[in-house]
Amino acid sequence: MNPLPEHPDFLWRNPEPRSSYDVIIIGAGGHGLATAYYLASKHGITNVAVLEKGWLAGGNMARNTTIIRSNYLWDESAAIYEHALKLWEGLPEELGYDFLFSQRGVLNLAHTLQDVREGVRRVNANRLNGVDAEWVEPSEIAEICPIINLSPKTRYPVLGGTFQPRAGIAKHDHVAWALARRADELGVDLIQNCEVTGFVKDGNRVVGVETNRGRILAGRVGLAAAGHSSVLAEKAGFRLPVQSHPLQALVSELNEQVHPTVVMSNHVHVYVSQAHKGELVMGAGVDSYNGYGQRGSFHVIEHQMAAAVELFPIFARAHVLRTWGGIVDVTPDASPIIGTTPVENLFVNCGWGTGGFKATPSAGWAFAHTIATGEPHPLNAPFSLDRFTTGALIDEHGAAAVAH
Amino acid sequence: MLLISCPWCGPRDETEFRYGGQAHVAYPETPAELDDQQWAEYVFYRENPKGPFAERWMHAIGCRRWFNVLRDTVSYEVLAVYRNGEEVPR
Repeated sequence: MNPLPEHPDFLWRNPEPRSSYDVIIIGAGGHGLATAYYLASKHGITNVAVLEKGWLAGGNMARNTTIIRSNYLWDESAAIYEHALKLWEGLPEELGYDFLFSQRGVLNLAHTLQDVREGVRRVNANRLNGVDAEWVEPSEIAEICPIINLSPKTRYPVLGGTFQPRAGIAKHDHVAWALARRADELGVDLIQNCEVTGFVKDGNRVVGVETNRGRILAGRVGLAAAGHSSVLAEKAGFRLPVQSHPLQALVSELNEQVHPTVVMSNHVHVYVSQAHKGELVMGAGVDSYNGYGQRGSFHVIEHQMAAAVELFPIFARAHVLRTWGGIVDVTPDASPIIGTTPVENLFVNCGWGTGGFKATPSAGWAFAHTIATGEPHPLNAPFSLDRFTTGALIDEHGAAAVAH
Repeated sequence: MLLISCPWCGPRDETEFRYGGQAHVAYPETPAELDDQQWAEYVFYRENPKGPFAERWMHAIGCRRWFNVLRDTVSYEVLAVYRNGEEVPR
């Protein structure tokens, strides 16, 4: 018998928490790791800890469908998601880690006259914002993705679609590991199994956190806790206008490569891509009810499978391998909140709802800027918490190329 | 799938119902006197607890009546079902 192979190199240290840091980030998901990476690499702030109650990138970072695109309708959204896409294009080289970023394009199908009008409008808005987008007719869709059922006799025939060629997918766990490795090299402490149970405050100023591994002091604290953001905000003494919902997805067993792009359908409501290994990755909308259980109701899975088989008859004999759920924090306008909070020196990045993975680099980039300087960058200034008071909402419900 | 007992029709599948979010959110008594922050609280801010949550459901393909459910948002267990106007069961 051959001896066991050597253990591969560890990608990051597993340090004990120190008694204080310049900055503490709560949540070692994609956004928290990207924030720590940019704090260290761009702002020279390396005395940073990222606290994670479970294991690194084990929340929504391990539960998404890895779709990356920037074809959002409104100027503010297009700016921040396109910034993310540009960062994605450079990150594999910058981080020295091939996380299989594949710009295979994203196709958003239109099935009704309203879908067509919305799609054409969004393509025009995207182009004005420098986002690559085109309107494609069914004959062109047949060339981009031959396995879609383009028959006019289906219940909701495909009338056309929008296509963003630079969009695509990436291998989510490798993205997290790439960011974690480089942040660690730059001096950031990534501390797993460290749950924040409270905040240490001096008047209205946060000066540290209580954890299951003791009190840790900090100059500034950033929340990047996705579905648990409002639970943490309550401990810190302020409220967030978010609701936490289960969001489910599933994969099939491995199949031959048959699906060359990413297809999203708002109307019959499913999105499908095929991972590098060959599993079909599918998702759809959130479960209607609030939930922190990391699971949802099976009829939601049934509904998205029905939509997938309607669109892709070739999938009818594929088998589901696994389904799972994450907890997504949804805001009233389906746009994120990145900025200051009513508590001094406490900052928040939350409310990404169903679309946080694609924004990982720019969420971290903008949040790092906000924490380092105390002020939002122009990219995230519109995504402030006070927009719910001023009324300056960025309403991406139904405008963002997919129903949230 | 949740099994929800409509107070009028009895236990039915979740697919028969529509969700209405947090229960017991009253319209402001003096709307003309609210400032922007208070309006924001009423319009956009809702409780989002991890644990028991009093929420509204409507029996959409049954009696079409709204009612309240106390449900645990972690286990998803329905702890109590009660009619509009009744207090949250303890």
